[in-house]
Amino acid sequence: MKKIFGRTRSLRGVDTHYCQGCGHGVVHRLIAEVIDELNIREITIGVTPVGCAVVAYDYWDFDCVESAHGRGLAVATAIKRLQPDKIVFTYQGDGDLAAIGTAETIHAANRGENLTVVFINNTVYGMTGGQMAPTTLIGQKTATSPLGRNEKTEGYPLRISELLAQLQGVYSVERSSTDSVQGILKTKNAIKAAFKNQMENKGFSLVEVLSACPTYWVLSPVESLDWIKNTMSKVFPPGRIK
Amino acid sequence: MKRNQKILLSGNEAVAKSAIDAGCRFYAGYPITPQNELIGYMAKNMASSGGIFIQSESELSAISMVFGASASGVRAMTSSSSPGISLMQEEISYIAGAELPAVIVNIMRAGPGLGNIWPAQSDYFQAVKGGGQGDYHCIALAPSSVQEAYDLTLEAFVLADKYRIPAIILGDAMLGQMMEPLVANGKNYKPLAISHKPKEWAATGCFGRKPNVVKSFYLNLGDLEKFNLKLQKKYKNIKQKEQRCEALNINDARIILVAYGTMARLAKEAMLSLREKGIKAGLIRPISLWPFPQKIFQRLAISAKRLVFLVIEMSYGQMLEDVKLAVNGRRRVEFLGRSGGGIPTEEEIIKSSLSLLSS
Repeated sequence: MKKIFGRTRSLRGVDTHYCQGCGHGVVHRLIAEVIDELNIREITIGVTPVGCAVVAYDYWDFDCVESAHGRGLAVATAIKRLQPDKIVFTYQGDGDLAAIGTAETIHAANRGENLTVVFINNTVYGMTGGQMAPTTLIGQKTATSPLGRNEKTEGYPLRISELLAQLQGVYSVERSSTDSVQGILKTKNAIKAAFKNQMENKGFSLVEVLSACPTYWVLSPVESLDWIKNTMSKVFPPGRIK
Repeated sequence: MKRNQKILLSGNEAVAKSAIDAGCRFYAGYPITPQNELIGYMAKNMASSGGIFIQSESELSAISMVFGASASGVRAMTSSSSPGISLMQEEISYIAGAELPAVIVNIMRAGPGLGNIWPAQSDYFQAVKGGGQGDYHCIALAPSSVQEAYDLTLEAFVLADKYRIPAIILGDAMLGQMMEPLVANGKNYKPLAISHKPKEWAATGCFGRKPNVVKSFYLNLGDLEKFNLKLQKKYKNIKQKEQRCEALNINDARIILVAYGTMARLAKEAMLSLREKGIKAGLIRPISLWPFPQKIFQRLAISAKRLVFLVIEMSYGQMLEDVKLAVNGRRRVEFLGRSGGGIPTEEEIIKSSLSLLSS
């Protein structure tokens, strides 16, 4: 029988710990496929965050460095400056990149570091039990916004991609969604472009990926994809931002 | 420059020059008084030495950059002063947990809070007891002159590499700011070449080998305990092998002054004045604050029968606790300290010593 689908080289042969319907597994695979298609596995260094994806290095089969919460782009800055011939990317969640790490994110972007950022937006802190994130939607109930996020006290969902796009140092910013096969393919293309930008020394490239967290959205995996499409995408519209 | 030629530098500049001579090729820092000459020297000289200099957006970022640089297998350093060093504590723990070598320079100012920019030694606990989360230690070295600031920085890089541990240079505003002549012979310092082997654990891309992961996370029950026991074994080994101190006139002493860093220079003057008065005074100057030079205190506490220790610090008694632990109740240990910018004077030390001996 002809083999038509298999595990890509940069993914280890292990099961992940992610919940059913979680977007992390999908995006991990997309990154691995992109790295293999660009044939850069042996020169890639991934920087993993604090959050659900901290152990991404158990799933990826290339060099990785674990960062403290929010500090991914500071860590990656040093790695890339010292090893400019390597491909360095960060994988960060919304709490990591847009709350505790806002300063590191903005300043690495503003310095125009030649890095690739994969930013997972699922509107909640997954690892700690579904608390409110900077990207939580107005009215969305979480462990720390039990009545729903109220803009008067908790502010508005932070569109950090749009904010970063304003900075002169930033080369490209794109938002994509994993709510459908088509969206997943688009996400892969966006990630691939962001890695290619780095290979061509074009500078700071970020891909924001709208990703499901059925466990803390208290929805089924299928309902979660619908929620991304019908609700989350209205606040965070997919497309090229810069 | 000729070998053994003397140059005039501030303590801050001497540490920076030493780092570059030691092969440090990454520096990130954030401005704070009284260590600005250090970041300034790095800004001027790192690029021409083939290294990377980054002025970071915060101390959090500076120490995280050092983490990334060290994970790349490159000798890396950051520097700051007390409040900035406090901000770095979380990441210093990550560096210890990932077993990365790194050098961190704290040119101490007075606290608590914003305090002021005058000299102090009140970050001793933070430097030697951990400072951040978890059971870990940093090697802490305390220079007392500009020459020693240069020499100990070389040594800090060697020890950091040898044990894969963060090493702290603990100086104070006085040391950072004062200028003294020094001989900068780092390029001839042999241990550096020996310790600068390629780091097989570094994240450099997995070409021709299995992937490396630099991390401090051990989720499975039992794994972290096993790792912590490995760290403890390393710390025990360091405690055995790396205790350093200077001891003067201790063998016949009835009173031994104990001080480190620039405070020890005043203590030494006081000790010599006491000797001139015919009083058998000695001095112990701990150079490694962690590991603390326990052995010499343990030996004296047992062998010297009529002996008083007077610990002198620019704090309200931090190293004092380690002296007491080492002496273990066998001999009297007294204390003289000022903090907030005040420095115990030679006269105050002499007066305290005389009153101790007569009581």
